[in-house]
Amino acid sequence: MSKIKMPIEKSHIMMFARSIGDSNPKYYKEDGNDVVAPPTFIQASAQFDPDYFLRPKIGGENWFGSGKESSGMKSSGGGGGGAAMGLHAEQHYEYHQPLKVGDVITAEVKVGNSWEKESKRAGKLKFSESVTEYRNQNGDLIITATSVGVVTEKPVEN
Amino acid sequence: MLKKDQIKVGDTYSEKIVEDLKRTQIVQYAGTSGDYNPLHSDEKFTKEIAGYPGVFAHGMLSMGMTGKMLTNFVGDGTLKKYGVRFTNQVWPGDSLESTATIIGIKEEDGESFAEISIETKNQDDVTVITGSAIALLG
Repeated sequence: MSKIKMPIEKSHIMMFARSIGDSNPKYYKEDGNDVVAPPTFIQASAQFDPDYFLRPKIGGENWFGSGKESSGMKSSGGGGGGAAMGLHAEQHYEYHQPLKVGDVITAEVKVGNSWEKESKRAGKLKFSESVTEYRNQNGDLIITATSVGVVTEKPVEN
Repeated sequence: MLKKDQIKVGDTYSEKIVEDLKRTQIVQYAGTSGDYNPLHSDEKFTKEIAGYPGVFAHGMLSMGMTGKMLTNFVGDGTLKKYGVRFTNQVWPGDSLESTATIIGIKEEDGESFAEISIETKNQDDVTVITGSAIALLG
């Protein structure tokens, strides 16, 4: 896991609030920095992970999304989508202190449990958990996030 | 901030959190969150490689929209915990309604907290998110 260093910025919070359709005026006002970030904003720390695998890299390896062909990479099999067959199963946040504009957040990821389950809608499911501790510039714990990902044997039937 | 004397166990709060979800909003969320997984914006990849009928929303977009219902209900900066399970995918065109239910009120170290259960459903009454939260009360 790469080193994440995320400055909490007002304009980023504004754009994030727009993207979730949140019209709370606190996220849009021009003056003052006393805004507390939306509860899921810390997920945008992915922007500050230099190696985040769900972002095309400049001058880097091929992106697996479509260009001329339907994928820029050969499928790794197992459900056909390779890395993209991972879906988000659960997300939990524990808030120790409010996340505020001006904070500079670092993240430490710990791998948690993993387990398997059979499902009618998507075949064998492989779950894996990660726990991330987000701390501010003073080393204070701000948020603990637990994420559960699932890799499905086949696309989920709908 | 929600006040202890304003609520009781069994109270609910609901909000329509999106009406006819647009593909463009999913793209907006990709841009702000940094999650550019092609499953959410790349129809060709999603159909031909991943085998889904089309692009679908990030689970975290649904959790984010559900979170705005929650902060509108309990106030900014009062959440102590917020967690969800993604029980069904959310597709472009979906309209979602999210409901918070007070399931408990507890006292700890002289402070009061609301224990909340959360459910977000689509227009066909299918649950897309179940979850829970704990919020500080005034």
